[in-house]
Amino acid sequence: MTDVLARSLPALDAPRLAPPLPRKGVLRLSPLNARRLDNFQANRRGYWSFWIFMVLFVLCLFAELIANDRPILVRYKGEILFPVVVNYPEEKFGGFLAQTDYRDPVILKEIAENGWALWPVVRFASNTINLDLPTAAPSPPSWLLKEETCRPIAEKKGVQGCQGLEWNWLGTDDGGRDVLARIIYGFRISVLFGLILAVISSAIGILAGAIQGYFGGRIDLYFQRVIEIWSAIPSLYLLMILSNFFQPSFFTLLGILLLFSWVALVHVVRAEFLRARNFDYVRAARALGLSDATIMVKHVLPNAMVATMTFLPFILNGSITTLTSLDFLGFGLPPGSPSLGELLLQGKSNVAAPWLGLTGFAVIAVMLSLLIFIGEAVRDAFDPRKTFA
Amino acid sequence: MNTVSPLPPLLSVRDLSVVFRQGGKETLAVDHVSFDVAAGETVALVGESGSGKSVTALSVLRLLSYPPAHHPSGSVLFKGEDLMTASEEALRKVRGNAITMVFQEPMTSLNPLHPIERQIGEIVSLHKGLSGDKARQRTLELLTQVGIRDPEGRLGAYPHELSGGQRQRVMIAMALANAPDLLVADEPTTALDVTVQAQILRLLADLKRDTGMAMLFITHDLGIVRKIADRVCVMTQGRIVEHGPVERVFTHPEHPYTQRLLAAEPKGRGTPPKADAPVIVAADDLKVWFPIRKGFLKKTVGHVKAVDGISVSVREGETVGVVGESGSGKTTLGLAILRLIASQGPIVYLGQRLDGLSSRAMRPLRRNLQIVFQDPYGSLSPRLSVADIVGEGLTVQGQGLSLEEQREIVARALVDVGLDPAAMDRYPHEFSGGQRQRIAIARAMALSPKFVVLDEPTSALDMSVQAQIVDLLRDLQARRNLAYLFISHDLRVVRALASHVVVMQNGKVVEQGPADQVFDAPQTDYTRALFAAAFRLETADAGVVRE
Repeated sequence: MTDVLARSLPALDAPRLAPPLPRKGVLRLSPLNARRLDNFQANRRGYWSFWIFMVLFVLCLFAELIANDRPILVRYKGEILFPVVVNYPEEKFGGFLAQTDYRDPVILKEIAENGWALWPVVRFASNTINLDLPTAAPSPPSWLLKEETCRPIAEKKGVQGCQGLEWNWLGTDDGGRDVLARIIYGFRISVLFGLILAVISSAIGILAGAIQGYFGGRIDLYFQRVIEIWSAIPSLYLLMILSNFFQPSFFTLLGILLLFSWVALVHVVRAEFLRARNFDYVRAARALGLSDATIMVKHVLPNAMVATMTFLPFILNGSITTLTSLDFLGFGLPPGSPSLGELLLQGKSNVAAPWLGLTGFAVIAVMLSLLIFIGEAVRDAFDPRKTFA
Repeated sequence: MNTVSPLPPLLSVRDLSVVFRQGGKETLAVDHVSFDVAAGETVALVGESGSGKSVTALSVLRLLSYPPAHHPSGSVLFKGEDLMTASEEALRKVRGNAITMVFQEPMTSLNPLHPIERQIGEIVSLHKGLSGDKARQRTLELLTQVGIRDPEGRLGAYPHELSGGQRQRVMIAMALANAPDLLVADEPTTALDVTVQAQILRLLADLKRDTGMAMLFITHDLGIVRKIADRVCVMTQGRIVEHGPVERVFTHPEHPYTQRLLAAEPKGRGTPPKADAPVIVAADDLKVWFPIRKGFLKKTVGHVKAVDGISVSVREGETVGVVGESGSGKTTLGLAILRLIASQGPIVYLGQRLDGLSSRAMRPLRRNLQIVFQDPYGSLSPRLSVADIVGEGLTVQGQGLSLEEQREIVARALVDVGLDPAAMDRYPHEFSGGQRQRIAIARAMALSPKFVVLDEPTSALDMSVQAQIVDLLRDLQARRNLAYLFISHDLRVVRALASHVVVMQNGKVVEQGPADQVFDAPQTDYTRALFAAAFRLETADAGVVRE
């Protein structure tokens, strides 16, 4: 059949009618998407929230370079070492442990005498215990400490008052761990968990909704009943029961939550596909001989994506909140993991240490608010009344 | 521009402008329009879509949404009172009372949750203060007046239980409830079938004669204007370019736009195919039955026979016209022949049986069998550029074509339908309705098909654009020797294109034959009634057509 089409092609020397291909690339947006971008930017609050969130998120992705108990870069006896990436045995610095404790004064002195070290801004990792606390853990933020509280430990360390001690900007938790370091790592784990959960559950939800909506009929009928029964299972109780049998890790927790969260988008996507499968341009595509899969992806899915994109930030928020509440209840990530829920739990157990609860609250509130503001801007961007006006 | 009328004007619109402000952009929809409506007179505002005729009518009662709309100039004097500056309360007394409106879409203008007694009764009680038996009595009177059969039995009916024509009659009854001085009818028959349209127009004319009310009639259909109006104002681009008594405007149009509008009727006749032209597509005793399921176990208790045993064949270079009212199954027939919906009965394409082929086996044949849909706004994906839309079939069907070759075919298809190929990387929303329909035709033509189903390709378009599309289709057919199955309720367009006509009613063929024979000497009552309604806007005897 190609030859038939080729016949309608002009001879090679005939003048070409088609205009040259417009430049295709990342920067070439369709007018529709360009208008959406404009709408997104027009929502100033959402637009700025997006940038603030992105800066925080990208910074936290490199948490190891911001808060760590080992230097980023060390020059030791003419050698350049990367303790952040590579585990050097302590032998290297004349010690005997399998792993170097860079916070050990002996090691610190050894490195200072034979080269230099570049430290992160915060010299604690999420699980580093500050052994030189002036008070019993939880210890308040260093700038709240009084000189007389610091004096014993400062004299022992041979430094000048509180200023000379290592600072815990937001205090420590009841394990003597730096709160600032923990929220940096906790923010990262929360957002990553939320993102992965939201993206995977959206993908499954879209697929399920698309199949139901596009084919309809019996498939739709049975699938809908299965979903109804499935979503009636109380996932929280199931999680509690399961956590009695094994200690959930990041990925098992993700898996269990995924089992139930994919249902969220099915209904919108299904409705969108049910509606769009009778559009004239979908019929026209079938008349052109496109396969079902192509039609679904190329013609119907973009319709459903509007609803999906509008819901995504809110699903992301929901996922983060789920993880936080599970951690708060003690059914979440394994003990010792830096998590915002666990910080809140500590705040509840240590009412006398308000910096724990306040910090946890502030971080969660800011994170969720930023995401909601972004969500609102995304909703504006995809608002058909604004896009097609 | 002042229209002189022998009677003192009931409604006098002076220098009216309407501006819509959206997103910092101002659009002038109505541009300093003036006209009068005298008591007992019918004035028609006629124009194509976007001419501002509906906006003008809605401004009379200040029914636009303010903002975005506002009136930089103008006054609307009704019985000496300026409605533009009247208080909201004073306006409410005029709306639905002295001036009433009938809208185009009777389904959405009625509340689907209330029976018609309540909807009419509400108006009666609101403005006349009647209640109980008296309100019921008045409602019955009104329903009788608008010609609803068995009005008593219909009181409890919900809008969905009524036909389109009956719903429009109910709307008119509601408009008449308070014996208005002026009835504003905004395209009241556009959504209706031709036979029903003729009935409604006759009803309006009768009511006007009996009650002596004036009418402001908004329409795009010149035939209706000629039939019903005393005077006509021709609008385009927000201005009234010509006005005067209907006879004068129709016989001696002065403004070039009016002349163009009057000349825009689709012309020509379909040419019969060559005697030895091969049959491209034939269907024999084709049936599309949708099962009606009832009860818990969803047993099939009957069928909706959308297409019930229709045989049709289309030869090379021939146009077969399929006409009928809405619900007669014409579109279903077209979709079934292309195997876009399931059907029973053999369908043959150039000797090859299509029925029973899997959708995978159908795919390579699809390029020979194409379709053009009615609504050029719905049939083009808003997310794809014109090049992508027209080239879509090529990516599927023309394996081995390079991107450049494909773009070249797309460009040639666009030139064929009279569009500039330089615009191929733009998106559908940048084109007008007529241009969009050209794109849809180019999409079908890009694959060089042999058979094209044209499903009401002109119905959503303005009259002047319709004629252009008809010319384009005829031209393409002549050049490529195409076989068309032309589905339309618009008999003028069918007359201009088809050489063979099939008249359908309720899924069955009522009459078929060569176009000249069917149009000049229709054999059945139904066909005669259909033609009388379509060409002369005359109503038929009871029982022949629906109401």
